[in-house]
Amino acid sequence: MKQLQFLTNWQDRMNSSQPLLVQILRAEQSLATLNARQWDLLVRQAARAKLIGTLYYRAEQENLLGQLPVGVMRHLESAKVKADKQYRDFLWEINRLKKALVGLAGSPVLLKGAAYAAAQLPPYKGRLFSDIDLMVPLDAIPVFEKQLMLNGWLSEESNTYDQKYYRQWMHEIPPLRHVKRGSVIDLHHNILPRTAFACPDPGMLLESAVELVGDDSGFKVLSPLDRIIHSATHLFYDGEFEHGLRDLVDLERLVIVLDDDTRLLLVDRAWQLGLQKPVYYALRYLQLILNVQGLSNALRKLEKAGDITGNMILMDALFLRALMPDHPSCDDQWTAVARWMLYMRSHYLRMPLHLLIPHLSRKAWIRLFGKEQH
Amino acid sequence: MIAANHCGDDFAKHLADSGLVISSGPIRFLVHTKIPSVVQNLARLYSGLACSIDESDTAFFDFHIAVRPPNLFRKLWHRQAQFFLDDQIIFNPFPVHHATAMLEWGMNWCVSTQINTYLIIHAAVIEKNGFAVVLPAPPGSGKSTLCASLVLEGWRLLSDELTLINLQSANAVPIPRPIGLKNQSIQVIRDRYPDAIMGLVSSDTLKGSVSHLKPPESSIQMQAVECPVAWIVFPKYQENAATQIIPKAKGQSFMAIADNAFNFSHLGSVSFGILKQVVENAQCYDFCYSQLDEAITVFNKLARPNEF
Repeated sequence: MKQLQFLTNWQDRMNSSQPLLVQILRAEQSLATLNARQWDLLVRQAARAKLIGTLYYRAEQENLLGQLPVGVMRHLESAKVKADKQYRDFLWEINRLKKALVGLAGSPVLLKGAAYAAAQLPPYKGRLFSDIDLMVPLDAIPVFEKQLMLNGWLSEESNTYDQKYYRQWMHEIPPLRHVKRGSVIDLHHNILPRTAFACPDPGMLLESAVELVGDDSGFKVLSPLDRIIHSATHLFYDGEFEHGLRDLVDLERLVIVLDDDTRLLLVDRAWQLGLQKPVYYALRYLQLILNVQGLSNALRKLEKAGDITGNMILMDALFLRALMPDHPSCDDQWTAVARWMLYMRSHYLRMPLHLLIPHLSRKAWIRLFGKEQH
Repeated sequence: MIAANHCGDDFAKHLADSGLVISSGPIRFLVHTKIPSVVQNLARLYSGLACSIDESDTAFFDFHIAVRPPNLFRKLWHRQAQFFLDDQIIFNPFPVHHATAMLEWGMNWCVSTQINTYLIIHAAVIEKNGFAVVLPAPPGSGKSTLCASLVLEGWRLLSDELTLINLQSANAVPIPRPIGLKNQSIQVIRDRYPDAIMGLVSSDTLKGSVSHLKPPESSIQMQAVECPVAWIVFPKYQENAATQIIPKAKGQSFMAIADNAFNFSHLGSVSFGILKQVVENAQCYDFCYSQLDEAITVFNKLARPNEF
């Protein structure tokens, strides 16, 4: 475990040795230079960060697939096989979903993984997929929910309090699981809970969404800018950073295809939606952690537009720890504290205290006594 | 019940410090534990088969695994242990006297869930005269008892649980490890082969009592040697049944093996092609037996060409 001050400034932190996986992602080292012991560590860090599939494509890009040690290739190829399978299964589920929704007015918007897969957006390669995130206008939720139910996707949440909690305060209804195939759909009407301080106007996101063509016609995906903003919001408002680095890699792939002018438009759009903070964090940590170039203008523009940064020394201390691979070799003595503080922060950001405290008390009561108080 | 183990002190030291290297076919495990019963069991089952790691060892390990007590709080309440893959908990905590069985299951879990560079079939596989026989079978079919007997009668063990098929050559790839025996099988094998080396008995596990049989050293020495699959035999132990070996249709055999494969759907069309090749090149049989002696005779005949 590394010994570092909690509030080390980012320069000192970045100058101290980075996890091997981060060095590789920053392209500071070629995979060709690694010895067996380094590979041993790299594969373990990448497994925990769900980024072995990414390493496979990195090796392919460096023309190393035929030259790496057999043991290493076993894990890289196994991860690719798994990612390919999940991708095939995921497209099949999206296809089933499309069949289920035939006849309903308005194309629903596929979010995150589902959008990357269906539209083959850059992050999809080698990535693992789980739930399908779908967004429709709030008033269309009952129609879509009913149609999904008729086609086998049922709500798993039988607890009345949780049902009410989701529907009253959240940006999605409780997850729907397919009775036979087990696939899970999260039906959203917004990208942040209604109770969140920064809850954006969902109409603006839906209006700019882009219709897919070809096999996936009948679905939309968020506009190229909104995709980035959503991905950033999801990462920096969520309290779980287990796969934070993977999400940052997704963001990198979405951002690097933008030209300089579009990167500045991203800033305007973020302000318009009131989501400038998560976008600022996303760009900052893309620059600091993954060494993404050409973000300084956008960052400066965000900084000039108002005080959005708060206490960056504190936020750096938290995020630069939490966004590392969740592997013992990447932790210092403050990592667990940082992850805990960000977990608490996410709850606070998503729900003001006068709602959060009664909610958590109620949950604790139900857990202790196993019954609901109506 | 347990006789003096072979190199107890060294095993304990390596398992506690830098780790013990267990190479099984293509897979290398680095194992850590301080639980005395697990150390003792490993010393019995792996003496001569495992080696220590030293600082100059720069090789790649497929899996870093450990069996440890959960945490101090739980340790006080129950005598429990947990299986860790690279410091992450994989299964629910289990009673510490199951730890030896859990370690073996955990090692199988690592291979069957994490490795997709082979088609992996839930089946035993053994070899004689350069050709392999695959024994796919659901639990309770007597697969392990049969496999253990044949191995102790001179067949080479490739694996008791996981048949790895090379995706290029369609050969069976050895991954020899101790053979898990359950309930009555433990005594059956002990009685027939009093010299066989067996590990501790884990009683009352989900699968009943479990004990492992140490594989012959010759099987370990040959663990890099792949071989073609000449026979696929679906065994079924049935009390008082007459020994019977009946040819099985290739289509049925294909489907039964696909059902028993861990990663058939992962590999998509690749697994379809390779399994088709395996089944086409092998003779397939249903095999029913109650007498081990007769079963062994049948298998020894199989291994002599031109008898069937």
